[in-house]
Amino acid sequence: MSGAVFYWALVVAQLFLAGAALIGVWRIAKGPRAQDRILGLDTLYQAGMLLIVAFGVRTGTQQYFYAAVIIGMLGFTSSVALAKFLMRGEVIE
Amino acid sequence: MSGFPANVPAWAALLAAGLVLFGAGLTFIGALGLVRLQTFYERVHAPTLGATLGMFAVLCGSVVYFTGAEGRFMPVELLAAVFFTATTPVTLIILARAALFRDRTDRSGDGVRVPLEGECAGVVRTPPDVITDPRRSDAPQDR
Repeated sequence: MSGAVFYWALVVAQLFLAGAALIGVWRIAKGPRAQDRILGLDTLYQAGMLLIVAFGVRTGTQQYFYAAVIIGMLGFTSSVALAKFLMRGEVIE
Repeated sequence: MSGFPANVPAWAALLAAGLVLFGAGLTFIGALGLVRLQTFYERVHAPTLGATLGMFAVLCGSVVYFTGAEGRFMPVELLAAVFFTATTPVTLIILARAALFRDRTDRSGDGVRVPLEGECAGVVRTPPDVITDPRRSDAPQDR
């Protein structure tokens, strides 16, 4: 019984996170200006990171967590670099 | 259909599943703000709901599950939670400032009127001397 609850709760959670990632992709494709696309990319990598963490909990292996940490760090760096490019026209001054 | 392995206590597995589901729901609600809200300055706040509390709940679920699975407390996830909580406002502030700079200097946007500095309710009180960007078409020329 509790096994089924655990399984279905994680399946629904992964569907929520996949929906959030799809909304991010939609905002990247539609977004009227460049800052909207960066915001969609931000949402996309956050949802992907949490999706990997949820997958690691579902399969019971902790190795996926480090991939999620790397996605989070590189996503933060890329978002800051893209926003900096929008503001200055160059990334490293 | 597969549940959790036998070495995990049921309370840890159920609490972890609840926390992950709560965080995923918050992330989805925050992402829905990207669809529902109208202007960029409203939309920029929406995904931070998932980036702070949603992320924290999912990582707490992971901590609870693996603490129950291994029988010892291994809070590596909390390190990542602290890191992401610290970096989310940095992204928000830099992105909002970049958008504000673009809306002030480039009027070919989506029609959002951004007040200039020193301007209140459509009345320019003092000529803003902070504007030195030559790309502005309505930059004060006599200064």
